[in-house]
Amino acid sequence: MHKLLINNSGEKLLLLGNEAIARGAVEAGVAFATTYPGTPSSEIATNFFQISQESDLYFEYSVNEKVALELAAAAANCGLRSICVMKHVGLNVAADALLTLAYIGVKGGLVIVTADDPYMFSSQNEQDNRYYGKISGLPILEPSSVEEAKNMVIDAFELSEKLEEPVIFRTTTRLNHSTSVVNLKPFVSHTTRGDFKKDPFQYVPVPAVARNLHARLLERIEKAEKISETSPYNFIIGDGSLGIICNGVSYNYVYDAVQDLKLEGLAKILRIGFSNPMPRALIKNFLKGCEKVLVVEEGEAYMEEAIKAFAQEEGLTFSIKGKEENLFSRLYEFNPRLVRQCIAKYFNLNHTPVEIPDLSDIPEIPQRPPNLCPGCSHRATFYAVKKAAEGMTTICPTDIGCYTLGFLPPLSMGDFLLCMGSSIGTSCGFSKVTDKKVIAFIGDSTFFHSGIPGLVNAFFNQHNFTLIILDNGITAMTGHQPNPGVDMKALNLEGYQRVSIENIVKAIGISHVGVIRPFNIKKSINTIKEALDFKGVSVVISKELCALYAKSLKKPSRKPFFVSEKCKNHRECINNLGCPAFFIEDNRVKINQDMCVGCAVCAQICPENAIIPVKD
Amino acid sequence: MKTIRLIIVAVGGQGNLLASKILGEASLLAGVPVRMSEIHGMAQRGGVVESAILFGDAKSTIISEGESDVLLGFEPSETLRALNKCNSGTVVITNLSPIPPFTAAIGKGNYPDLAKLQNLIRAKVARLIAFDAFSLAKQAGDIMALNMVLLGSLLQTGILPLSADHVKEAIRTKTKKAYIETNIKAFDLGFSAAKALS
Repeated sequence: MHKLLINNSGEKLLLLGNEAIARGAVEAGVAFATTYPGTPSSEIATNFFQISQESDLYFEYSVNEKVALELAAAAANCGLRSICVMKHVGLNVAADALLTLAYIGVKGGLVIVTADDPYMFSSQNEQDNRYYGKISGLPILEPSSVEEAKNMVIDAFELSEKLEEPVIFRTTTRLNHSTSVVNLKPFVSHTTRGDFKKDPFQYVPVPAVARNLHARLLERIEKAEKISETSPYNFIIGDGSLGIICNGVSYNYVYDAVQDLKLEGLAKILRIGFSNPMPRALIKNFLKGCEKVLVVEEGEAYMEEAIKAFAQEEGLTFSIKGKEENLFSRLYEFNPRLVRQCIAKYFNLNHTPVEIPDLSDIPEIPQRPPNLCPGCSHRATFYAVKKAAEGMTTICPTDIGCYTLGFLPPLSMGDFLLCMGSSIGTSCGFSKVTDKKVIAFIGDSTFFHSGIPGLVNAFFNQHNFTLIILDNGITAMTGHQPNPGVDMKALNLEGYQRVSIENIVKAIGISHVGVIRPFNIKKSINTIKEALDFKGVSVVISKELCALYAKSLKKPSRKPFFVSEKCKNHRECINNLGCPAFFIEDNRVKINQDMCVGCAVCAQICPENAIIPVKD
Repeated sequence: MKTIRLIIVAVGGQGNLLASKILGEASLLAGVPVRMSEIHGMAQRGGVVESAILFGDAKSTIISEGESDVLLGFEPSETLRALNKCNSGTVVITNLSPIPPFTAAIGKGNYPDLAKLQNLIRAKVARLIAFDAFSLAKQAGDIMALNMVLLGSLLQTGILPLSADHVKEAIRTKTKKAYIETNIKAFDLGFSAAKALS
């Protein structure tokens, strides 16, 4: 049995934040779960996927976050407790649905989990999704710890049903990827079949209806504010005239700092866990007993701005600070030392931080940047495109996935990136206003997610570029989740169809479509050359399974290669491919047999044919 | 309860996350409050994996620069890179078997000299325990047991509020059945290696 399905009260489990969130939903009787995978949220959905295999939970990997939210909105409006999980930028994709769903509301509880990524451990930006609460009018809950996250998910469902609105559950990477001990509670009973009662004047927001719905939303925001005022998630601890207001993981650093700096009796903490609407009266009361207030929040000055406005309404003029040049930054994530030092500085406390050893005599340590894996099909495709485009001046918009790493030398393929699917839309623009050859790269899952509309646009408006679709048969970057192009039978999963990328491209009307097996370098270069020479939109689909995924499917392995005596040290292999299986010993190129998966790409480009398979 | 802060650094694939999990499960068995965090990200693609484990009453799940009580390094150059997490009172344990970063392997950048690396670390912290954990893992019967060897040496120092028995119990209940015997053997070899160096 899946460990999150243990229906035992009182048992303690060591859980990852993302597991705790999934467990909270299970305890709350969630019946319907959707997602598009994205770090740091991915493990929540992985657990739902596994749970759905052995329970009555419906779970799906939807094609993108907008579709995922639309499904969940329908299920929740049929009375089912539903959850929709995504990373922070995923909510941008789902925002169109979100902002009107706030007008429509829900019947069954709907929790939307958005995982922000301060410091951008694995994201293209560090946007602060608390502002989605403001723009949509929806309540936001933010946990500070793994244990709290589990319980807060349960309360989020209840809050959603009370307000008849979705609830945004906002986490940050440090919460998602922290682990601690969680107390299990029994499950709430739940329904898995719903019903929808027609009521177009509630559910179809044509202008006349929407005007009423917006007014109703404002009433619900007012109701939410009242709940926020007395929510147990907005609490005060300690006593004193020094005030600290904080949220999320910052609360942990503040709490520890207050102990370390021995501020008991001098400082009080207001932890905000229900952050939209902010609890106006509670904050005003907290401020009244203070001489000075520090706001500790990662990201934007979201709380600070509200708190300053409340202080102004009360005519309070003492210092309230947070984001300041000498205090906290809007950049990156916080840590205990930083928070301790800022508290000491702001409140003029004596504090000598632990000395960090002098590291000036440490030699430069070679970096360990992430790299495409040995035998990664993307490396072969990038190499073939580079060869095919030799002599051309190119612009290569890229997209989101493992292949983004192709922008690093020696491949250096990847010149521009905004968001999921942007390779195609930006290619339309680049090719229109420059005379350079535009070559776009997009992965299979990203193509399904949001690449297709760009390609339709490109064909309709007669743009001129070549699109390379890197189809490695799985959503690799986030940990091998399915997408509509995946062969689900290979995973022994029933109940799925398979969508052909080639058929989609051809159905749009694109006439020049090539398909390559990238480990066949010569053929691939020729096919790509023809596509590059075509005037208009041409597409090359490069098909080869992700090397890690192929290994997990236990596909028959190929023999590893080695560099034979014939090597004349041209180093074409190492200089052009940069495969991590290469190393240099005694000034000769060698191949690490344990890492080589036998893709044979290097063997094909060696001018001396010196790279050959290992004999049995 | 006094907070003990442990940082573990490793290269993707070395089994750092399982080692952290074992320590977490052992703490649960021992009734020791524990909180941990890890950076996954692009680890699968050959990057560095860092775990922070806090035993005791602290609420934080991460460890700032200069604030670790123990640094456990699975790879020598990564141990050196993580020295900014240490202070003059920190105990450092490191494996001495290198996995050169790709950049060094292709001749771009030099892998630090191992003797010099140990001297540098020793001069800046309270104590360094350095040995070839890879060979001991091999001796235990599986190179993948490197993490268990290092756990053994970590427990020998007596800095963590856990007993070796708690950790062994966690190994028995939370690692794959087929590997339990090898894992326990590896743990004991690491324990003895650290004892011999003390």
